[in-house]
Amino acid sequence: MEYTAQDFKKGQPRWCPGCGDHFFLASLHKAMAEIGVAPYNTAVISGIGCSSRLPHYMATYGMNTIHGRAAAIATGCKVANPDLTVWQVSGDGDGLAIGGNHFIHANRRNINLNMILLNNRIYGLTKGQYSPTSPRGFVSKSSPYGTVEDPFRPAELCFGARGHFFARAVATDAPGTVDILKAAYYHKGASVCEILQNCVIFNNGTHDAVYNKEGRAKNAIYVKHGQPLVFGENNEFGLMQEGFGLKVVKIGENGITLKDILVHDAHCQDNTLQLKLALMGDGDGFPVALGVIRDVEAPTYDDAVTAQIEEIKAVKKYHNFAELLETNDIWEVK
Amino acid sequence: MTIKELDQVVVRFSGDSGDGMQLAGNIFSTVSATVGNSISTFPDYPADIRAPQGSLTGVSGFQVHIGAGKVYTPGDECDVLVAMNAAALKTQLKYAKPNATIIIDTDSFKKSDLEKAAFQTDDPLAEMGVDPDRVIACPLTQMVKDALADTGMDAKAVLKCRNMFALGLVCWLFSRDIEIAFNYLRDKFAKKPELAQANIKVIQAGYDYGHNTHSSAMNVYRIESKTKEPGRYMDITGNKATAYGFIAAAEKAGLKLYLGSYPITPATDVLHELSKHKSLGVTTVQCEDEIAGCSSAVGASFAGALAVTSTSGPGICLKSEAMNLAVIMELPLVVLDVQRGGPATGLPTKSEQTDLLQVLFGRNGESPMPVIAATSPVDCFDAAYQASKMALEHMTPVVLLTDAFVANGSAAFKLPNLADYPAINPPYVPEELKGKWTPYMRAENGTRYWAVPGREGFTHILGGLEKDSQTGAISTNPENHDLMTRLRQQKIDNIQVPDLEVIGDVDDADLLIVGFGGTYGHLRAAMEELHAQGKKVAHAHFKFINPLPKNAAQVLTKYKKVVVAEQNMGQLAAFLRMKVDGFVPYQFNQVKGQPFVVEELVNAFKGILEN
Repeated sequence: MEYTAQDFKKGQPRWCPGCGDHFFLASLHKAMAEIGVAPYNTAVISGIGCSSRLPHYMATYGMNTIHGRAAAIATGCKVANPDLTVWQVSGDGDGLAIGGNHFIHANRRNINLNMILLNNRIYGLTKGQYSPTSPRGFVSKSSPYGTVEDPFRPAELCFGARGHFFARAVATDAPGTVDILKAAYYHKGASVCEILQNCVIFNNGTHDAVYNKEGRAKNAIYVKHGQPLVFGENNEFGLMQEGFGLKVVKIGENGITLKDILVHDAHCQDNTLQLKLALMGDGDGFPVALGVIRDVEAPTYDDAVTAQIEEIKAVKKYHNFAELLETNDIWEVK
Repeated sequence: MTIKELDQVVVRFSGDSGDGMQLAGNIFSTVSATVGNSISTFPDYPADIRAPQGSLTGVSGFQVHIGAGKVYTPGDECDVLVAMNAAALKTQLKYAKPNATIIIDTDSFKKSDLEKAAFQTDDPLAEMGVDPDRVIACPLTQMVKDALADTGMDAKAVLKCRNMFALGLVCWLFSRDIEIAFNYLRDKFAKKPELAQANIKVIQAGYDYGHNTHSSAMNVYRIESKTKEPGRYMDITGNKATAYGFIAAAEKAGLKLYLGSYPITPATDVLHELSKHKSLGVTTVQCEDEIAGCSSAVGASFAGALAVTSTSGPGICLKSEAMNLAVIMELPLVVLDVQRGGPATGLPTKSEQTDLLQVLFGRNGESPMPVIAATSPVDCFDAAYQASKMALEHMTPVVLLTDAFVANGSAAFKLPNLADYPAINPPYVPEELKGKWTPYMRAENGTRYWAVPGREGFTHILGGLEKDSQTGAISTNPENHDLMTRLRQQKIDNIQVPDLEVIGDVDDADLLIVGFGGTYGHLRAAMEELHAQGKKVAHAHFKFINPLPKNAAQVLTKYKKVVVAEQNMGQLAAFLRMKVDGFVPYQFNQVKGQPFVVEELVNAFKGILEN
């Protein structure tokens, strides 16, 4: 059966006008339609926060649960019914602060979840406190003199937890978002999609450098597996390796040609260069990497659980409760 | 040699953690159960992680109570104490009756052993005030070495068989058929027949030693079986019975069994047990924390499984948030709390009943939740089955309370026939409601319907936010919240539970003894002892605590005096006082981490009777 975005839509979103969540929701509807899994075979599971209201606007099965636990709840859901396509939606507070433990372990286990991280670097629902992705010195209601702590960089946390998939898109960039959502679905295992999303009320402009098309043309690089890492309004810049790091070069200058440019390898098991790409753009003169940064095949937890059950079923001689009883030392009283 | 008939006997095996006392005790109880004796066991593990060998804190005990008639507890004090080393004698003598027979290994009572056990003199028996005539003192280690001299086993492996010598000796003392023990070992070590043979050899040596050396001096006892209930039996611990109950319920309901858990003493054995049974399709996930254990179970429940999470001690605090999510989402979930000593880390290996009020009330908001408390190791099976059935049929989380005592204790379990157990019928949303159904539409008994993902036409969103009773959409409407709060309460109140049963002097008791959960055996034994002393007493034991049995108030207000005896500071008494108008019971409260002592109960209850 063919689906349209309409088949996945429900209700009237209650986010602030201009909130990045609106853009993301539309892209998710579109991606799901293109993926074509039936709404009744899809579960969307969120925690708590502005972005975690999202399941209410989905015509799928879903749960808007409790703060931070979405990944753990999604884990049980997926393991209990591996036939479901499970999307887990969290914000930066839900996913990386209160839910940080579940985030890293879902990645480590490599459970087949599509994990969306809507990152606006602020707590919106509680009206403006710094989040674990707010930069050092960030001024907010709970940090009037600036924060004195460093933020998580989601890709680094994902890779540190042995994550096998990491992609990034800007909420306002519909094609870019739909692309990575589909890639996340087709990747077997935990797929983390960081969505750069603006909070118009409490952290307006946090992703300004890449939030519109013009900005992205200058300040972002779309990475594609097997393609040279080039960017700029006319693809005039590229990335090359230099020592332990990367450098930005201008193609045509100093004898550099397209052939010298580093070619993106999302499938490379070693995540060193993928991490370097993922960490770019923090005011360091590098562009922000968008697209699928890492996409490496690995055994998934849910498949392994099912496979082990099948394997043991074939080996063991008991397959129901009555037979289980017989495996014990039994005596008879006459 | 004289053979004395006994109605019951309590044997306590004690030694160093590595001495295999649990195995020796287990085999002895199995051998006894096989001939039709009633059995009740209690392992008493040391609290230390790995105490130094021979030290006082490293002593491990295993108590077995066997009876010709029904025994309800592992017994207060033992008739026979096996002390494999000096530290065991020092720490365990207090559990022995004044005239108990004591078996010691003299090879483990050397100078250094005595020092480790903090004896002041070189005569530990005199120092402890033990009459040497009651002691079977044998060079047990040397005799084990001799018995296995021609097997080529290394010294370490030989020493591991010491427990079997003690077992053989005890089997002789109680005229047990050691052939049953041999068969047990042949089964247990089916893959290592030489190990089975070595153990058998040592049991025989112990038995022969008793027979040849002590026949003239000691009495030998027999415990005939008087109340045999024919059938096929196995020995089962409470934790294993709990795991089996979940497996049985899942099979009856036709659902996958999912356990989300995090290792914690003493609940961990349930995780271990269920993890073994993948051939039954059981899925266990050892989660990153207690929170995820419960949360993942909520997810599994949403996906259509019989979802269980298991814990002890502080784990129940961590689970309460996700338990509450299951309350508001009205999803089935069984939360197993194997109670242990608290607060905080408390006494991890010891038993208490101190989580009752926490599981009844320890969550934010109005959060009604059924609570069932298993009354014995064997009852854990039925309790787990009933908790699962209740959760699935009433779409609610259910707390199953056990405790370290029933979880680790064991008794003979008559193999159940699943066909005899009631059907489990979850309220799946009827197909004809397609197009009209909303998530909080209720069946006649107030239960929400269950629409499992994968079913076309029933997509819906649940969540932790209050929902409109009609549409299922998020609602902060004050009237609706009040209504939903009442509907959730009503749903639990509507659950049918069996009436509270009164045993003993039902009509004219001067004192009603009331308890809940794992103290059943001790309170029952106390009642029987009071009967033997001519007192008029009755016993009513709560297994179903929320909702209370319908006749609870009537029972509790019927008798002149009521005592609520529990291993906490009065939690059940407080709950009953809240629920039953004018109910003011006497209380017996003990929070020692150890099972009740029947004699202490009897004395306390006599005090109340005379008061």
